[in-house]
Amino acid sequence: MKRIVAKEEYCMNCRLCEVYCLVSHSRSKDLIKAFRQERGEIVPRITVERLGPVSFAVQCRHCDEPACVEACMTGALHRDPATGEVTHDPQRCVGCWMCVMVCPTGAIRRDRNGHVAAKCDLCLETGTPACVANCPNEALVIEEDND
Amino acid sequence: MSKRLVQAEFNVERDPERCIQCQVCVRQCSNQVHAYDAESDQVTCDEASCVGCQRCATLCPTNALTIKKAPPEFAPDNNWTSDVIQNIYRQAETGGVLLSAMGNDTAKVSWWDNILLNASQVTNPSIDPLREPMELTTFLGAKPNAVELNFDDQGGPSLATKLAPQLVLSTPIMFSAMSYGAISYNAFESLARAAGQYGTFANSGEGGLHKDFWPHGPNMIVQVASGRFGVDIDYLKVAAAVEIKIGQGAKPGIGGHLPGEKVDERISQTRMIPVGSDAISPAPHHDIYSIEDLRQLIYSLKEATRYQKPISVKIAAVHNVAAIASGIVRAGADIVAIDGYKGGTGAAPTMIRNNVGIPIEFALAAVDDRLRQEGIRNQASVVACGGFRSSADVVKAIALGADAVYIGTAALVALGCHLCQKCYTGKCNWGIATQDPYLTRRLNPEIGARRLVNLLRGWSHEIKEMMGGMGINAIESLRGNREHLRGVGLSDRELSILGIKAAGE
Amino acid sequence: MRLLHRKQFPTSKDISGCAISGMMSETGTPMSGEAIIRSIANMHDRSNGLGGGFAAYGIYPEMRDRYALHVMYDAMDDKQETERIISRWCTVYGDETIPTRPSALVRHRPILHRYFVNIKPEVMERFCDETEDDAIVDLVMTINADVQGGFVFSSGKNMGVFKGVGFPEDIGEFYRLDEYQAYIWTSHGRFPTNTTGWWGGAHPFSLLDWSVVHNGEISSYGINKRYLDNFGYKCTLHTDTEVIAYLFDLLVRKHRLPFEAACMAMAPPFWPQLERLPEVRRELARTLRIVYGGALLNGPFSVLVGHAGGMVGFNDRTKLRPMVGARKGDMVYMASEEGAIREVCNDPEVVWHAAGGVPIMAHLKEPEKVIGPEATARLKAHSCRLPAGAWQEAPRAGRAAASVQ
Repeated sequence: MKRIVAKEEYCMNCRLCEVYCLVSHSRSKDLIKAFRQERGEIVPRITVERLGPVSFAVQCRHCDEPACVEACMTGALHRDPATGEVTHDPQRCVGCWMCVMVCPTGAIRRDRNGHVAAKCDLCLETGTPACVANCPNEALVIEEDND
Repeated sequence: MSKRLVQAEFNVERDPERCIQCQVCVRQCSNQVHAYDAESDQVTCDEASCVGCQRCATLCPTNALTIKKAPPEFAPDNNWTSDVIQNIYRQAETGGVLLSAMGNDTAKVSWWDNILLNASQVTNPSIDPLREPMELTTFLGAKPNAVELNFDDQGGPSLATKLAPQLVLSTPIMFSAMSYGAISYNAFESLARAAGQYGTFANSGEGGLHKDFWPHGPNMIVQVASGRFGVDIDYLKVAAAVEIKIGQGAKPGIGGHLPGEKVDERISQTRMIPVGSDAISPAPHHDIYSIEDLRQLIYSLKEATRYQKPISVKIAAVHNVAAIASGIVRAGADIVAIDGYKGGTGAAPTMIRNNVGIPIEFALAAVDDRLRQEGIRNQASVVACGGFRSSADVVKAIALGADAVYIGTAALVALGCHLCQKCYTGKCNWGIATQDPYLTRRLNPEIGARRLVNLLRGWSHEIKEMMGGMGINAIESLRGNREHLRGVGLSDRELSILGIKAAGE
Repeated sequence: MRLLHRKQFPTSKDISGCAISGMMSETGTPMSGEAIIRSIANMHDRSNGLGGGFAAYGIYPEMRDRYALHVMYDAMDDKQETERIISRWCTVYGDETIPTRPSALVRHRPILHRYFVNIKPEVMERFCDETEDDAIVDLVMTINADVQGGFVFSSGKNMGVFKGVGFPEDIGEFYRLDEYQAYIWTSHGRFPTNTTGWWGGAHPFSLLDWSVVHNGEISSYGINKRYLDNFGYKCTLHTDTEVIAYLFDLLVRKHRLPFEAACMAMAPPFWPQLERLPEVRRELARTLRIVYGGALLNGPFSVLVGHAGGMVGFNDRTKLRPMVGARKGDMVYMASEEGAIREVCNDPEVVWHAAGGVPIMAHLKEPEKVIGPEATARLKAHSCRLPAGAWQEAPRAGRAAASVQ
């Protein structure tokens, strides 16, 4: 499957990935509107972690044995055995936050707007993850995982 | 503490309608111009420390920022301009020497702009490089005056002449000397990789060659400068050629100084000096006080490299550059690099940078003429450097007589440099002239090499187009071919030194 | 009225379109100038009446060991001044007015005179290791640079150049070329685009026994000129043709390169072509190209070079100007157009278009019989040929060279 790989040696902590992730998952898809009108309701599904000069972006790793899927009581989280993608269905999500509790990378966040969980969906709608497309230093790249 | 008199040089304009408080600017400015005030949820700024590098404006996702040069408006005065006054304020506060970086920014004239190129009409067909061969392959190194053949062999003639070692360039453009230390590891790697990918050469500068870069050796010219940093037999062996650096166009007669703060573990290994110690390059080589001393070093290096590598000597273009270059050729150099007064630097005293040396246009013309007059032009290749901005500058330099050119500033601009001229602060926001690990990662060498290769490809293509227009399909026929140059707006004296006719002649 | 024969060196590079034609008997059989005049006249439209000329080899058999200086003068004063110089430098074995047939078609003629000379031994003492040839070069350059109205336009042994302003066929008539017997004839009709027609500016351009007729423009002229300057050649005429003559003199006479190698230096293979050559030739071609970059002739040209031992025709490496070769028996023909050859040779055995950058060579088969032992020794000392077969494996030597062998 396709995985987003973070190259920590070239991540420069600008956090534009967060900005574009948020816009990508906004209603308006417009930078200024998304921040002005929807911020607080929607959250970026990617987070830049930093210690000293080192930083890198974290988002759902689409684990082979996802703890979140195990913990989800409604079946909102689901791993597609064919593609390996871990998907989230907000229609089924009841906002129990068990997934948030068990995610080993802290990649699932609470989307306050819908009172549901939010996680990286690899920007299925557009095809190219917004974080990858907009990383100014190519520190986020899509790589095909052959496993 | 008394009040500082120096005022801000730049205005930071933030459009509140567009700013989304994402704080990219805050995180990207190494000069702490931008700050986020959580209480008011506003990004604020302190313009005093802005250097005008445009990093924040470039990365701002909503284009909310505009950085404008806004020197303080003192009473109008053509002599006492705001630059002059501010400089005096600075020196009055610190008692120090004014520092600058990059090339001379005061030169009003670039003589390249007063030289125009020729093209064919009717009597000679112009050539389309997309459809016909157009050759830029360039050989740097000493050439004999004549080729001698042996006819003893029944099977045909064989070569009696054995060529001195040559550097083979796919295009007559190389990257000039920029040391690891002056520029970042990633910037250095970008240059080395691009040189290899495009079939040309990068120059290590005087700071040694880190072992990581040894695989790039076949595309590296390594420098031996007055500080002798990082010079050992392996350094000489891995390189394609060795360059003795006597001087630099930005600061003729001045040595170098890499502050100890920049000397981290990796640079310490590369330069072979202790971590944290200042790297001082003396003004002269203390074993070269004369041309005969230079000859000794040239031949020491030739011996050390078993006569398998060309030895280059780089000098700044100073008043009697032609005579010096002639001496260098006679001392045995295979390549003479001449660096004009617009050449760049990571740090130079401002007054030196702006007032010492002569323009490369005149220096190059004088050197080429002199070597030809003496019948020794074949004995060495001439490489021109110092402020080449475009392929047209390169074509003009080659037509004046250069075998190839070095580009430094143009290469850095391709890597993202915005010419804020603050390399010496070590806070380069573009990750080029800095060793701060938070900043150096901003230059991804994969992107850097790609951009440099693109630049070389673009310029090379333009060179081919210009040559094709002249009806020339080999760079050999452009080199030193001043018939294809005409001057505009130049005095008779300038024309005669450049050895070109005026437009219309 | 302006005198067209007045010596006027152009201030900028001369460019001209042209017709060229040459013929040679490889056995050295003498031919009158009648045929070459017909041949060049066939290409009348390639010239515009502003210059025509001929070179003929073997025309002064009695004086074959003397240098034949052909000189044009504006006035008798110039003649006296020049003769003072000549008599200081040389022993003169004979001199005469160059015979002409006055014609309404050839106007504004200069005074034309020829001298048969050798350099005096005491003059040679001023030189170091240079030969008498070098002294003659010095003499020619001195007269041409210093005498206001005198110009030496031919200085070889047993050969002569005849040229002037007019159509070539008229110039040929004017000089009574039908009365000369030569084993090589080359000719030129000129179509200058930017110079006033000056008698000295017509082709062939000649120095020692090199004569060059040339069609084209050398876009590398600027560097060729400066390259030659490196070796002491002063290019004062601002013609591309002058450069070609000096390059042959440098590469063949002074550097002792075989003609084929000299042509390869002047019109080298492109790098990818070069890479495909067999190893020995590749190294040779590569070295020639690296060392003689300043001698590379760029731009469109076809050129015929005559010398005592033969005739060489060659094109620029992309073949931007025409050149046709033909052979019949011992005769070799080279011309801009096939018609110019067929005009004088009914049924050539082989006709071919010269390939770009590949020389067509014609040589005296037995030079000693034709030009005598001294000239042969000189020829051998000044020029060498590759052993037969040395270049045959070369793809670019290909068809053209093989056809002449």
